[in-house]
Amino acid sequence: MRRIDGAIAFRGGGFAPRARAWAAAGTLIGLVALWQALEMAQLVPTLFLPAPLAIGRTLWALTVSGELWKHLSASLLRLAVGWTVGTVFGIAVGLAVGLWSALRSPVMAVVAALFPIPKIALVPLFIIWFGIGEGSKIATIGFGVFFPTVIATAGGVDGVPRGLIRMGQGFGLPTWKIVRSIVLPGALPAILTGFRVTSSIAIVLLVAAEMIGAERGIGAFILAAGNLYDMDALLAGIVVLSVLGLAVAWAIGVAERVLLRWR
Amino acid sequence: MSAAQGPPLSSGMSGGQGLRLTLRGIGHAYRGLQVLQDIDLTVAPGEVLALVGPSGCGKSTLLGIMGGLIAPAAGVVEAHGAVADDCLNPITYVFQDFALLPWRSVRDNVALPLEPHLPRAARRARVDEVLALTGLDAFAEAWPRELSGGMRQRVGIARALAVRPACLLMDEPLSALDAQTRTLLLEEFAGLIARAGTTTVYVTHTLSEAVRIGHEVAVMSRRPGRVRALLRIDRPIEGRRATDPDLLAMEARIWAMIRDDAATAERERVDAAD
Ligand SMILES: Nc1ncnc2c1ncn2[C@@H]1O[C@H](COP(=O)(O)OP(=O)(O)O)[C@@H](O)[C@H]1O
Ligand SMILES: [Mg+2]
Repeated sequence: MRRIDGAIAFRGGGFAPRARAWAAAGTLIGLVALWQALEMAQLVPTLFLPAPLAIGRTLWALTVSGELWKHLSASLLRLAVGWTVGTVFGIAVGLAVGLWSALRSPVMAVVAALFPIPKIALVPLFIIWFGIGEGSKIATIGFGVFFPTVIATAGGVDGVPRGLIRMGQGFGLPTWKIVRSIVLPGALPAILTGFRVTSSIAIVLLVAAEMIGAERGIGAFILAAGNLYDMDALLAGIVVLSVLGLAVAWAIGVAERVLLRWR
Repeated sequence: MSAAQGPPLSSGMSGGQGLRLTLRGIGHAYRGLQVLQDIDLTVAPGEVLALVGPSGCGKSTLLGIMGGLIAPAAGVVEAHGAVADDCLNPITYVFQDFALLPWRSVRDNVALPLEPHLPRAARRARVDEVLALTGLDAFAEAWPRELSGGMRQRVGIARALAVRPACLLMDEPLSALDAQTRTLLLEEFAGLIARAGTTTVYVTHTLSEAVRIGHEVAVMSRRPGRVRALLRIDRPIEGRRATDPDLLAMEARIWAMIRDDAATAERERVDAAD
């Protein structure tokens, strides 16, 4: 026999992690500060890893000379065009796969066969197909973005509750209207989650494509700096990529908050 | 909610207009599971048929067949009658789980079925009208998730009324709600249906709902569902009271009929999703 006396202890906490923007920013700033402190205490030789301040100075010089913008603008254009092309086709094909049995198995078989191929390995092929210029770079990004977008969109369409589609049919809505007003918005959360993946893929492929036969672009800049063992410039390029990735993730977060505010 | 007062809904649709629904020899099976057999039924224009029966006897399937959402394995459903010019979807559903789009406000949910047909201004006028009728004016801009179940189903009926249907098919519209909300909404729906003058098939497995809202009650047997009895209730729907001894007696009669079926169906439910 056991007696119970006293207040009931709370045991329902935890398992509900919350996002804290200040903690995210604080961590990044703290890490950079720590890095700088280690360099200043001469615990890490600058040749081994340049200090943040040195990288910052290089970045500043690149900015005022216009050099940075020359490379960044070329990269942003490729990124925007490649990602948009891959996303538009990916959503269209993903919708089709999610809606029509005639397309489902054939397309998904092709996607499953081509998705795992590293698109970087195909760059020479894309150069033959689309030329050494912008075409091959955009194609590399576009193909890399296309497959995961198809998969995310098709999954999102599958997840749209059947009952909502039957509702649309019960009101006699035309097919285009059901797709436009029920299927697409229903799949949007999954599509936006896909954007997080595809934007990172796009940046990785951008740099890879720019390392083959490009004069401008952050990838070309990093490659050149690496060949000269100019570590300050190399890391400046990498910081630019990192900031680019952060900016894109932030933009997707804003899009999610605006488009999915009904949740 | 003052849903039971006010002028009749829409352009002269009250007073026995609406469609006559005729079901002939309807049968249906899902992968060898016979669900419906030899169903013959007629719903007179402007009347309410309450359809009761144990879980899994095929009520939802029958309703799906009536609205053209399920192709029956046997038989035909015919609709005959005049339909008002402003009717945008003659046969219209009200769903058990409301089927609201979570990413649209109340107003935009109600507007959805109007969008392919009406320009913005006409749409707005109609939406405002049915929102007022269902007591939703103050909630027009709310998201569905912010509403109680009862308010969500009010949106469901507002959306259905917005297309000025000639026939309403309601599949257990109250069964996701608590008992008190159910009583309140049943009164409102009875008033709205009577004023809209639509032919209505109202599926329920709550017998008190059936005798409260039906001109006629069709009692189905357990699977494979057939119509085992058809009972007429002569009281005008709007004046009925839940405590009316005649209605209570009718309820008891129906219960006596389906009690054994309901018990058997309950034991069979393993394979029978509701
Ligand atoms: N799409 C389906 N596929 C297979 N079986 C189904 C399907 N829909 C319903 N059923 C089965 O058919 C029977 C009747 O279902 P339903 O019409 O929903 O009955 P009720 O609405 O009277 O509860 C049940 O046994 C159910 O499990
Ligand atoms: Mg059912």
